[in-house]
Amino acid sequence: MSPVLRINNLETILHTEAMPVRAVDGLTLQIMRGETFALLGESGCGKSMTALSVMRLLPDAGEIIGGSVRLGEEDLLLLPETAMRSIRGKRISMIFQEPMLSLNPVMTVADQIGEVLQRHFNLHGGVARKRIQEILDQVGIPDPSRRMEEYPFQFSGGMKQRMMIAMALAGEPELLIADEPTTALDVTIQAQVLDLMRSLQQRDGMTILLITHDLGVAAEIAHRVGIMYAGEIVETAPRDEFFRGPAHPYSRKLLASLPGRDRRRQGLRLAAISGNVPPLSREFSGCRFADRCDHAWELCHEVAPGWTSLAGEQQVRCHLFNQNPGSRVPQRQFEDKRLDPAVQAKGSSDKPDSGVRPPDAESQVSNLLTVTDLKVYFPIHKGLIKHVAGYIKAVDGVSLEICRGKTLALVGESGCGKTTVGKGILQLIPTTGGSVRYDGLELVGLERSRLRKLRAELQLIFQDPYSSLNPRMRIVDVIEEGMNALNVEDESEAGRVERASGTRRKKVDTLLESVGLPPETKWRYPHEFSGGQRQRIAIARALAVNPKLIVCDEPTSALDVSVQAQILNLLRELQNTLGLAYLFITHNISVVEYLADEVAVMYLGRIVERGAVDEVLTSPRHPYTQALLSAVPVIEPASKREVIHLHGDLPSPANPPSGCHFHPRCPHVMPVCREVYPGTSTFSSMHMAHCYLYPQQQDTACVEAQAQAQA
Amino acid sequence: MSFKPVILWTDALVYFLVAAMIVFAWYVRRNEHLLAPWRRVSHSASGMASLTVLIFFVIIGLLDTVHLRPAVENNSSGAAETAYSVEVLSLFDVIATPLRTQVEKTYSAPFAVYLYARETVELPGGGQTREFPRLKYGGAHLKDPEAQLFADIIGKAIAGASLGLFLWGLIVVMLSLVLARRSGESVPSVLSAIRHGATAVSWKTISVTLALILMLFGAALTLCGNYHILGTDKVGQDVFYQSLKSIRTGLVIGTLTTLMMLPFALLLGITAGYFRGWADDVIQYLYTTLSSIPGVLLIAAAVLMTQVYMETHPELFDTVAMRADLRLLFLCIILGVTSWTGLCRLLRGETLKLREMEYIQAAHAFGVSHWRILSRHILPNVMHIVLITTVMDFSGLVLAEAVLSYVGVGVDPSTISFGTMINAARLEMAREPMVWWALFAAFSFMFALVLSANLFADAVQNAFDPRVKTLSARTGALRRKIRKEGPVAKPAATGAEDSFSS
Repeated sequence: MSPVLRINNLETILHTEAMPVRAVDGLTLQIMRGETFALLGESGCGKSMTALSVMRLLPDAGEIIGGSVRLGEEDLLLLPETAMRSIRGKRISMIFQEPMLSLNPVMTVADQIGEVLQRHFNLHGGVARKRIQEILDQVGIPDPSRRMEEYPFQFSGGMKQRMMIAMALAGEPELLIADEPTTALDVTIQAQVLDLMRSLQQRDGMTILLITHDLGVAAEIAHRVGIMYAGEIVETAPRDEFFRGPAHPYSRKLLASLPGRDRRRQGLRLAAISGNVPPLSREFSGCRFADRCDHAWELCHEVAPGWTSLAGEQQVRCHLFNQNPGSRVPQRQFEDKRLDPAVQAKGSSDKPDSGVRPPDAESQVSNLLTVTDLKVYFPIHKGLIKHVAGYIKAVDGVSLEICRGKTLALVGESGCGKTTVGKGILQLIPTTGGSVRYDGLELVGLERSRLRKLRAELQLIFQDPYSSLNPRMRIVDVIEEGMNALNVEDESEAGRVERASGTRRKKVDTLLESVGLPPETKWRYPHEFSGGQRQRIAIARALAVNPKLIVCDEPTSALDVSVQAQILNLLRELQNTLGLAYLFITHNISVVEYLADEVAVMYLGRIVERGAVDEVLTSPRHPYTQALLSAVPVIEPASKREVIHLHGDLPSPANPPSGCHFHPRCPHVMPVCREVYPGTSTFSSMHMAHCYLYPQQQDTACVEAQAQAQA
Repeated sequence: MSFKPVILWTDALVYFLVAAMIVFAWYVRRNEHLLAPWRRVSHSASGMASLTVLIFFVIIGLLDTVHLRPAVENNSSGAAETAYSVEVLSLFDVIATPLRTQVEKTYSAPFAVYLYARETVELPGGGQTREFPRLKYGGAHLKDPEAQLFADIIGKAIAGASLGLFLWGLIVVMLSLVLARRSGESVPSVLSAIRHGATAVSWKTISVTLALILMLFGAALTLCGNYHILGTDKVGQDVFYQSLKSIRTGLVIGTLTTLMMLPFALLLGITAGYFRGWADDVIQYLYTTLSSIPGVLLIAAAVLMTQVYMETHPELFDTVAMRADLRLLFLCIILGVTSWTGLCRLLRGETLKLREMEYIQAAHAFGVSHWRILSRHILPNVMHIVLITTVMDFSGLVLAEAVLSYVGVGVDPSTISFGTMINAARLEMAREPMVWWALFAAFSFMFALVLSANLFADAVQNAFDPRVKTLSARTGALRRKIRKEGPVAKPAATGAEDSFSS
């Protein structure tokens, strides 16, 4: 095996106003032929800049100032731009993160792939068309001869990513750089795309440089992994060795910060890495991770560690493994810790919280929120006078209950109506039918003024911390807004406005402290904060009005793993201290395992399965839940499981399939599934599903339905 | 000299605008977070240079806004009652009395001592010749113009410029005294800080610009007493005086039209975008209809109607100036009413985008009232569009006034404006030999005004956009080449990133 790509001491800087940012600082790596190398790291650590440096497609402000990039025997950095152009797309291809943005919407698929063929192989006309069909066939697009004449908007997200892969493959590249290829996709689609990449590689012996932040994806398809931190690689190892025993403190923390059921069972906080990735404009002396490292001692702050080889091919850049006498003692301590994973986990987490939450007799009984048969339809307008031609049934009869101080997770793929449920409950969008009872009070149809009083009880945390804060308001204004609008403090009577505003300021300070931000930050504007800090501010804003229920709409999906752990820890702490109930909307199963008490799985506007978190996740009953869970990439090499492949995509909610919505993709489909929507099947006091595989509950509606189906 | 103050309609509105700006400035000064972006404006070199030029224009405009009627000697009757002239003068007119009154017969070139047209002159001997006669005022003090003219102009210009320089020196010393007292440093150290551009506010740029303006203005002032430095027009009026007078008309049209237009555009645009539904439909139909009528036609109709009304009701107006002023105001109103559609459309689009933002939804979840969402969340986030559009419109409006004057529906013929000057120059350009100075004067004054307004607005916009700091990487890349010479000891601006953590 010869190395296809050899990057040696690559240094890339980005020129900014204040100081040059060392985006990539002395990066060295080798990728063998037919190997998948995963470059793992949090955002802002220079992964994408490495890929762009290899392609020599840096932005204007970027500059490669040192090192070499060899593809085979050729040094790419010495080539003139014209020669580089015949390498891009031919010998190195790239897949980008966002398939919707990387395809030209006004060109047909055939045109876009044909462009590559024409440039690199000089293929035209019939020959080119034949080749395009071949490539599309390879990436698993059905009926390629017809679909190649279609435009990108006629394809679904997963199909578009296949199209991107087809374009990348058209040049028959030696090296494929995949920059977060599945980040924008749903889990079931992600499983399809990863599978495709794996099979293509096995067939053609292609080399893949996979850039990702998702440890699961790397564990799924990489042969070797490199952990990148602050512009340099801190550890490289074969996949199995890495996930069995990560060496560098950063890698270990990264793995420990993944949420999961086991951590919750042990009642552990997630091992959040304190702080953020240091800004790369800084001069570093010593180890870059030293400031956030639990094992750091003086040497770490003074001398940058070199490479140390461990057993096998594992290499790490850390003083803990250095064989010089000065580091003996800490190393032994460290080795001890490494032996016992339980101790290690305990050591890295600050303190176990109250363990399994004490059962609260009173809260078991009363439901805080009861949603019955909630429907939200969006009308489709057509024609000149905009008559209603149909409805998009975003939410079509959802029922759920949330108890005081508990967490219900609503899981589903994008487009299944999760977010609409959340907004419908909060009455932020008009509901079409059903009822939402909060503490026994019906919210649907409540007039605006009475609803306003209830607003304090129900709050919302959004997915994108960048668009959820008004960029032109200071933090103090952001947090005070809700208090002012809802007049939170009861003691602030008329005539004592001055005093009230004083206590309000104090409340802002305590709120910021409770979410882990210093009170001085209240005078700043949102753009001065990082993503995780913004999410904390958004949480503080929601808490400011003393809510009882918070709808969390994917609050961590825009964040890095280590920051996600910080936020999840915070949410759990707040739940324990304040007794909050959460409706946690997410597509991330591992977060569900860690945080939720109950789970509801949604498919196309309806809940298909519901139950306590352990019941649903360990013994899923509905085929969709089974497929969804099997598609989640797992890290533990031992727990290899059969991925249930779903074909196709989520159907349009404007025109849902008849009968069970899932039947076109279901591996167990029966004739009756096509006819009538299945009734409820109950497995335990909480666990239920809608599927004909299980005996149906004998309610009248269901009997009638079956009778119809048989007739 | 006694006088009676006159407040014309546009004067009142300009006073209102000035008062509003003072109140705003006072309010900003009291609020640290509002002051911060304006401080960033004061750090921008181009912004402060253009502000200096703008202030110069504004001062002239404001001087020209204070109107009065001087008393006339009433020697016929000894009554106690003093009569006032029917001619309304501004403070500026009073200051520039020599410029206003030294009227030649017809065209004369800049710095000329002879008229631009031949005239038949009676010779002392009885015969007649056609020659270029001497001007009545321009260079009248010269005995032998051919020999003396050049030296005289240079001498006077240098004297004026040095006077300006002296004044500038005084201002700079006073400034450094104030700065020294405020910062507690010695005057020489403050002076050297200004010279090296080490102060936070770019005083260096300001003082250099000020030096240039004062020298130019000093030279112009000393020269204009004896010469027509920008020539004279068809009826012998000084073009320099006309150009200075035009500044007020330009500023009034630029600012008052915006003042008229903003309420329409802001209210309707944001309402349409935010509430959607039938409100959106009504407003959209309104502006689509309005913008499909040719603007000039609408303006012409409206102006002609007001003109007819004014002519049939002469008793409403005491003076000619009052009439001309009312016509100017109507022009502003009509321009405002017809030009809000563009901004309205932009604002509607932006609001449509903003209302889907999550912070608006968060505000809904707090039960924040619609009015508060509009004023706290939407308005501040569309303000940059308003700022850019109004400044871009400013130059467009000054030009629109010129076009309308050409059609004959612009300002009153007695009002001096860039429009009337350019309109007159249309015929002069076709003349042989060509009369170029009127157009040149109007062009250069207008150019300076519009350019400095544009540059200043640019600086303001940069300072107010919270995201602009992260976007300026490219300018940084250019600047780094300059900075390489000196050691840079700036701490990286990373305070928020690493100073705290969970």
